[in-house]
Amino acid sequence: MSKMHLKLTVNGEAHELLAEPRELLIHVIRERLNLTGPHIGCETSHCGACTVDMNGRSVKSCTVFAAQANGAEITTIEGIGAPGALHPLQEAFREHHGLQCGFCTPGMITRAYRFLQENPSPSEAEVRMGMAGNLCRCTGYQNIVKAILSAAAEMNTVKEAAE
Amino acid sequence: MIPAAFEYHRPTDLAAALATLGEFGDEARVVAGGHSLIPMMKLRMAEIGHVVDLQDIADLKGIRIDGTAVWIGAMTTQHELIGHQGLAAAAPILRETALQIADPQVRYVGTIGGNVANGDPGNDMPALMQCLDATFTLAGPNGSREVAARDFYEGAYVTLREDDEILTGIRFEATGGGQAYEKQKRKIGDYATAAAAAILKKDGTSCSAASIAMTNLSDMPVWSKAAGDALVGTACAAADIDAAVAAALGDISPNADNRGPVEFKRHVAGIIIRRAIEQAWARA
Ligand SMILES: Cc1cc2nc3c(=O)[nH]c(=O)nc-3n(C[C@H](O)[C@H](O)[C@H](O)COP(=O)(O)OP(=O)(O)OC[C@H]3O[C@@H](n4cnc5c(N)ncnc54)[C@H](O)[C@@H]3O)c2cc1C
Ligand code: FES
Ligand code: FES
Repeated sequence: MSKMHLKLTVNGEAHELLAEPRELLIHVIRERLNLTGPHIGCETSHCGACTVDMNGRSVKSCTVFAAQANGAEITTIEGIGAPGALHPLQEAFREHHGLQCGFCTPGMITRAYRFLQENPSPSEAEVRMGMAGNLCRCTGYQNIVKAILSAAAEMNTVKEAAE
Repeated sequence: MIPAAFEYHRPTDLAAALATLGEFGDEARVVAGGHSLIPMMKLRMAEIGHVVDLQDIADLKGIRIDGTAVWIGAMTTQHELIGHQGLAAAAPILRETALQIADPQVRYVGTIGGNVANGDPGNDMPALMQCLDATFTLAGPNGSREVAARDFYEGAYVTLREDDEILTGIRFEATGGGQAYEKQKRKIGDYATAAAAAILKKDGTSCSAASIAMTNLSDMPVWSKAAGDALVGTACAAADIDAAVAAALGDISPNADNRGPVEFKRHVAGIIIRRAIEQAWARA
C-alpha cells in the first residue's frame, strides 16, 4: 500500500516523513524521530506508558494511526523538561519518590502535565481520577499522587509570584 | 500488534465520506476516535482495506440544546460531553455515564457516535440512549433516516445501520426527572460487569414515569419496559423496587465470560439495578 506524506510538529519542531497509514504514532515517535521517552508497555491501550500530548489532549499513542496524527502538534516528555532544566513535575517526582523503575514515568508526567493545565489546583481524589489511565507496577501510586499535588502547589506559587 | 495495511481517507464533508463508502463497499470502514476499532485492527480481528477518518467533518461535531431538544453530533468526544455545562443541566446522566467510561486518555478521543454505532454490548452509551429514548440519524446514499435507539440493536456488533451509512447525530428530549447511571466494574477503566440507567419522574409522592435500561447483561443493550411499568403509580417503596428489579432481571440473559459466571452477573445486576433506581428516585 502506498505511503503517505506526514507532517507533524513534535516538541515545537516541524517534521515531514513518509509513512504507511497503519503505522502507529508511538512507532513513528520512537523509531523514526528517535524520541524514546514515550514507552511501549502493554501496546493494548491500557497502561498509558505511551501517553503523549496531541493537540492539547493526552492520548495513548499506541492506539493512534500515524495517518490520524497528520497535521498534529505533539509534545512528548522530551518537550516538557530537559536535564538541567527539569519541569516542576519532574522535580516533584524525584523529590517525592514518584518513581522506582521509571518505566511508567514519562507517560505519568506527560499526562499530569495536561491534567494540571485543565485543573491547576486539584484535590487528591481529582488527581487519582485524572491519572486513571496510567498504570504503575512499582510505586503503589501514593508517591505519584503526592508528587503531582506538590508540583501543582509549586507551579501555582510561581504563577502568583509572576503576577 | 500492527494492523494489516489499508488506504487512508480523510474527507472534509459528509458527501465525500459517503461517496468513499459507496465506492469501496464493505471493504471500507469509518474511524471516529478509533479506540474500539484500532485495537480490533491490531488484533487483526477486523481487516479493512479503506479507513475513512471522520475527524475533519465539521457537521458531525457539536452539542445543540434548544429548549428540551438536545442534539449531539456523532464526533463529539466523551471529554466534550463531560465538560458541557448546558448538557450537565439538561441531562446530567450523560455526564455521569461518560465519567464511568474508560479513562481520561480514552475519553479525550472516544466519541459518542463510535460508542453507539460500535454495537459492542460492553459499551455504556447504548443503554443510556435507550433509557433516554434517543433517536439516531443515519446518512446514506439515498439521504437520511432516523432509527430509535430502542430498535437499533440486533445482537453483538449487529445493528440496523447499513455498511454504507454514517451515523451523523443523536437527538432526544431532555424532560428532566431523577437520573442515575450505576456501573460495577472490576477496576477503573473496565467495561461493565453490570450497569444500569434509570430515569424516574415524581408527581407528588408517586412515580409518574420510569425508564430503565441495562449494559452488558445480554448481547445487546436492554431497555426493560416491565421494570419501568412496575414502578409507575407506586411510591417506589422497597416492595415496588423489588418488583422492578425482578422484572428487569427477567429481561436479561447475561453470558458467562472473564467477568464471571451467569449466576454472579445476575447477582451483580440485581444490586446495580436497585442502586440506579434508588439513586434516581432520591434525585427525582
Ligand atoms: C482501555 C479502554 C477501555 C474502555 N472502556 C470502555 C468502557 O468502560 N465503556 C465504554 O462504553 N467504552 C469503553 N471503551 C471504548 C471506547 O469508549 C471507544 O472509544 C468507543 O467504544 C468507540 O468510540 P470511538 O470514537 O473510539 O469509535 P471507533 O473505534 O472509531 O469506531 C467504533 C466502531 O463504530 C464505527 N463508527 C464510529 N463512528 C461512526 C459513525 N459516526 N457512523 C457509523 N459508524 C461509526 C466504526 O466504523 C467502528 O466499527 C474503552 C476503550 C479502551 C481502549
Ligand atoms: S503502550 Fe499504549 S497504553 Fe500501554
Ligand atoms: S515506577 Fe515502575 S512502573 Fe511505575
